[in-house]
Amino acid sequence: MSGNSKGAEYWKRNLRLVFICLTIWFICSYLFGIVLVEPLNAIKLGGYKLGFWFAQQGSMYIFVALIFFYASSMNKLDREFDVHED
Amino acid sequence: MDLKTLTFIVVGATFALYIAIAIYSRAKSTGDFYVAGKGVHPVANGMATAADWMSAASFISMAGLIAFLGYGGSVFLMGWTGGYVLLAMLLAPYLRKFGKFTVPEFIGERYYSQGARIVAVICLIVASITYVIGQMKGIGVAFSRFMEVDFSTGLMVGMSIVFIYAVLGGMKGITYTQIAQYCVLIFAYTIPAIFISLQLTGNPIPQLGLGSTMADGSGVYLLDKLDMIVTDLGFREYTTSSNGNMLNMFLYTLSLMIGTAGLPHVIIRFFTVPKVRDARASAGWALVFIAVLYTTAPAVGAMARLNLINTIQIGAVGSPTGNVEEAHLPDWMGRWKETGLLGWEDKNGDGRIQFYDEAGLGDKAAAYGWAGNEMTKVDRDIMVLANPEIANLPNWVIALVAAGGIAAALSTAAGLLLAIASSISHDLLKGVFMKDISEKNELMAGRIAMAGAIMVAGYLGLNPPGFAAQVVALAFGLAASSIFPALMMGIFDKRANSHGAVAGMLAGLGSTLLYIFWFKGWFFFPATAMAANIPENWILGISPEAFGAVGAMINFAVAYAVSHNTAPPPEHIQHLVEDIRIPRGSGGASSH
Repeated sequence: MSGNSKGAEYWKRNLRLVFICLTIWFICSYLFGIVLVEPLNAIKLGGYKLGFWFAQQGSMYIFVALIFFYASSMNKLDREFDVHED
Repeated sequence: MDLKTLTFIVVGATFALYIAIAIYSRAKSTGDFYVAGKGVHPVANGMATAADWMSAASFISMAGLIAFLGYGGSVFLMGWTGGYVLLAMLLAPYLRKFGKFTVPEFIGERYYSQGARIVAVICLIVASITYVIGQMKGIGVAFSRFMEVDFSTGLMVGMSIVFIYAVLGGMKGITYTQIAQYCVLIFAYTIPAIFISLQLTGNPIPQLGLGSTMADGSGVYLLDKLDMIVTDLGFREYTTSSNGNMLNMFLYTLSLMIGTAGLPHVIIRFFTVPKVRDARASAGWALVFIAVLYTTAPAVGAMARLNLINTIQIGAVGSPTGNVEEAHLPDWMGRWKETGLLGWEDKNGDGRIQFYDEAGLGDKAAAYGWAGNEMTKVDRDIMVLANPEIANLPNWVIALVAAGGIAAALSTAAGLLLAIASSISHDLLKGVFMKDISEKNELMAGRIAMAGAIMVAGYLGLNPPGFAAQVVALAFGLAASSIFPALMMGIFDKRANSHGAVAGMLAGLGSTLLYIFWFKGWFFFPATAMAANIPENWILGISPEAFGAVGAMINFAVAYAVSHNTAPPPEHIQHLVEDIRIPRGSGGASSH
């Protein structure tokens, strides 16, 4: 790491990315699957009530997508700040 | 060929495969034994993590719990998958960069304290042993039904197999065996689900079948039909029946998520990949392989519930011929009755069997001429194992499900036993009591510790408390309240010091254990419970299984308050924290 300000900037960008990802993580599971489940259940997705679908299907698909999004964004960030491996 | 012979052949073949792999990938160094030499490809590691992770609770119990809890079962689905998001973003890459063998080793070094390391070992052992109990129940159930041997014999066979490949192969052997076990268990789980989905809805993909219309031409959605029939029988509506109040659902899910990210046997999997980059990707792959089973489980649960009700309630609810005659119950029910996990009794003497909720149906039951629910025992843990029989699938599918259930239980048990053994041989022996132990002797100590852990697990397996999934849920509460906060503070708060970490871990673990033991009995002896384990007694309706999230918050609060009011950690520790935050220079395995 060359210089502390660059290191601090890398860490700040990382934290911002984590914050965005965890906000989505919270919305699709806790908000849509638990807190707002009743109003969302009024909407139907095929035979699924929407809130029920988020709780038993949708949240898990979004979790998978989030991790891969985070991993690829971090790989880019590592290169941008020249802290990547090999 | 009869079912018993077929099951012996299929289960025997998988056992032979696991042992062959263990001999092939024998551990030669402590690096091999603890972290498989740090040379496992991220996709392979993801698959091994998935098998490690998906326990008897996931395979055998979870769909059964969902079948009877309906929407309330969602806490397990979201809770046991969402933790990987936390793991990938908050822990795995940094712990991999740190580059050591065990979780207590990180805590000991980050908090420059042997005391912190020993507290972490205690937290790890308590959480892992609680978790192992759940696996033993699963192995016992699978064996007692399919091998037609008694529970203890089945358990001994299972433990011997783990003994051979885990003690011999260490993490290296376990990793490659787990990849084989993942293939067995996922095949065994999805094949019956596909057949059943096809039978009921005409759609071969269970995730889509659950949202489809029935194949009987009525045009009714499967979930609507299920909601209707269960409410007619007095049960709570399937798609809306919640698990306690909203706060309890929220905290239960959070406890399972934080617990997942704090479970040592899951975390050490991310020490086995070559690079920091691989640790991030590996968490994603693990969740892909887990999600294959976890998104299928809700379909399995709902369809098993519908099939079970349709087996008993063959006509309109309340009509004289609406229920199945006792003499015409299907064969599979007779076979499960022998295990004691399923039972019925013709209380009103009409020669037919009624299955309904007495409290929910109220006076209507008397009007129908029903004298009480006649399905006196329906153990939730049998739903997945009985599923292929309920749907009339061929015997080889039933044999495969038995092998899958056993694979799930064995792979998780092996991972847990390794975590326990490494914390004893590496953290306690090498780290604290015998610092100059040679590598050869440490490897031997690791193997002896593993053998000892297997004995303890076997004993607890013979005296298992409660439903597999619920016992496992307790292990999560403990991991959530003790280990996860200490790790996260260690990475994200440079100011966190040893006093804070130790006080936090003890406060988190202590409060959670107290809450659990208060309602479940001290050390799980039900007679010693301080208050009945019912929602009226719980604080704000929070069940003991959901309390881990509260324990974690207590841990964070105490650790933060103590750390920021005592001396900051020494300079070199602050540099260590800065160093683990950047990927470059992760290097290979190191034990010093």
